[in-house]
Amino acid sequence: MIRLRLEGLTRRFGGLVAVDSVTLDVAAEGVTAVIGPNGAGKTTLFNMISGFVPPSAGRVLFEGEDITGRPPERIAARGLIRTFQLVQLFQNLSALENVAVGRHLHTRGGLWAALARPGWARREEAEVDRRARDLLAFVGLGDRAETSAAVLPYGQQRLLEIARALAAEPKLLMLDEPAAGLNAAETRALSEIIRRIAERGTTVLLIEHDMPLVMTTADTVVVLDFGRKIAEGAPAAVRADPAVIEAYLGGAEAAHA
Amino acid sequence: MTNLRITTSPDRVRALLRLLPGAIGIALVAYALLAGGYLISVVSFGLIYAIFVTGLNLFMGYTGQVSFGQNAFAAISGYASAILTATYGWEPLLATATGLAGALAVALVVGYPTLRLKGHYLAMATLAIGLIAYEVAVQWQSVTQGYMGISGVPPLGIAGFEITSERGNLLFLAAIAALGVTAAALIRHSRVGRAMAAIAGSEDAARALGIDVARYKLLAFLIAAVYAALAGSLFVHVVGFVSPEVFGLHMVNLAFTMLYVGGIGTVMGPLVGAVVIMLLPETFRAFKDYQDLAYGAALILLLIYAPRGLASLADLLRRRAGEGRRA
Ligand SMILES: Nc1ncnc2c1ncn2[C@@H]1O[C@H](COP(=O)(O)OP(=O)(O)OP(=O)(O)O)[C@@H](O)[C@H]1O
Ligand SMILES: [Mg+2]
Repeated sequence: MIRLRLEGLTRRFGGLVAVDSVTLDVAAEGVTAVIGPNGAGKTTLFNMISGFVPPSAGRVLFEGEDITGRPPERIAARGLIRTFQLVQLFQNLSALENVAVGRHLHTRGGLWAALARPGWARREEAEVDRRARDLLAFVGLGDRAETSAAVLPYGQQRLLEIARALAAEPKLLMLDEPAAGLNAAETRALSEIIRRIAERGTTVLLIEHDMPLVMTTADTVVVLDFGRKIAEGAPAAVRADPAVIEAYLGGAEAAHA
Repeated sequence: MTNLRITTSPDRVRALLRLLPGAIGIALVAYALLAGGYLISVVSFGLIYAIFVTGLNLFMGYTGQVSFGQNAFAAISGYASAILTATYGWEPLLATATGLAGALAVALVVGYPTLRLKGHYLAMATLAIGLIAYEVAVQWQSVTQGYMGISGVPPLGIAGFEITSERGNLLFLAAIAALGVTAAALIRHSRVGRAMAAIAGSEDAARALGIDVARYKLLAFLIAAVYAALAGSLFVHVVGFVSPEVFGLHMVNLAFTMLYVGGIGTVMGPLVGAVVIMLLPETFRAFKDYQDLAYGAALILLLIYAPRGLASLADLLRRRAGEGRRA
């Protein structure tokens, strides 16, 4: 089954073609990684899929339905949840409240429920609390529930953002460089968490620079270079692909020059 | 045994600290009731402002937006109360309800288009309606009697039972303020309050989790307008008089000071800030000519030593108690 289909997805910023006619099928099962040098257009691709940036051309189909150009909250309601390359936590809230916000789409309490607190609303709140604590435990933050998100170390902030996204019960979870800023041990733990998310039936689409993480976690790897898709396939095959080696070596040479 | 005492007492301290601002508030109202005289008026105005600022805090503190024009909603409802009762002889309660509905309608008309736009459109729009409300009150003399204002506004009451004593007013205002603060606390600790706090934290992250940002901003704006309108009508019925100056830019200045001194974003901050800012000038009467200077110095000291407001001091103590427990 195909969870997500991109058809000729393109985004131009002035004269720059950040994403150049990308066509891609993301299978419902497993982990798909998008890799590529800095500026290859990975985040822009995510921004178009999740509705934050309108495409210049092309279509986004989610479970066969055209969601191109819909606002982010409507796309999220469809079951497509993303995280951000620069962590976007609610710094003003505790870790527990951050995850509780993630339950928004699956709860319904409005103003009246807040003020009158009918039985169903109290049960709903208890359920939000229970699930949020479960998810914190799942990512290894069980003992940080009451801690303000702002004071968590960076690695834990990343994990918290993932727990919050999971609270929304995504069908497709999109992670933008979740291992950035993590040490080796944290990265291994993250890899384990991502595998378990995928095993539970959530499609994972992942942008990542950390090659060991990609090789151990991804089932399929897609390579972008200058906005174009230059390779796609199993991790080992992609790593051996001359075009991919060229893109990365070219990038390294440019960095030295 | 000793171990048990060490683990339970910080919890009790935390619980007590949470009740502290409320307890001080009740003690203050009780003291004013006993002492009588000028203190009753000062605390009464403090409570009316507490209602106004609690609404402002919902919009600015919880939701992270800016409005310079909440005084417009106080003016709309306050003038509706004054005109409908003094000129047309309506029941005060009915006039107040009409004023609240009118303020809500204006808030909807102003908020719906501007809250959809990014940036500072709303702040500018609210500043404009605050100024427009003032100009209308000044210019529409046939109805508002201009700078002269409207006097002889009857006190609030239900079915012939009117609150005529100053002490009765104080008790009534204390009850309304307590309800207002409780409602704000209930909203803050609910799905709606979490959505608002999420918007204050990161609009992008909130949208990525399916929160309709424009809708919750509008909701917070409307709730804040209702609080402001209620405060406006209460003021007019308690004082028995209204003029443009009552709801002028001065009101915005005072409310902002109260919000920041009390602690923006906290549940108790508006109440604490409103009462403290009302009482401060009284406290410095002894300084005579230097009263304003002493008042200013006190404000600066407050913002240096409690930059997140007085209510945050209680939070700080509570957290210390919490750390004691963990250790
Ligand atoms: N809003 C924007 N306006 C103009 N140019 C943009 C904008 N967003 C991205 N770009 C440009 O588009 C190109 C692709 O950027 P993008 O952030 O998608 O790359 P990336 O693959 O995520 O890179 P990185 O690995 O550094 O995160 C870059 O050249 C970038 O400067
Ligand atoms: Mg990027």
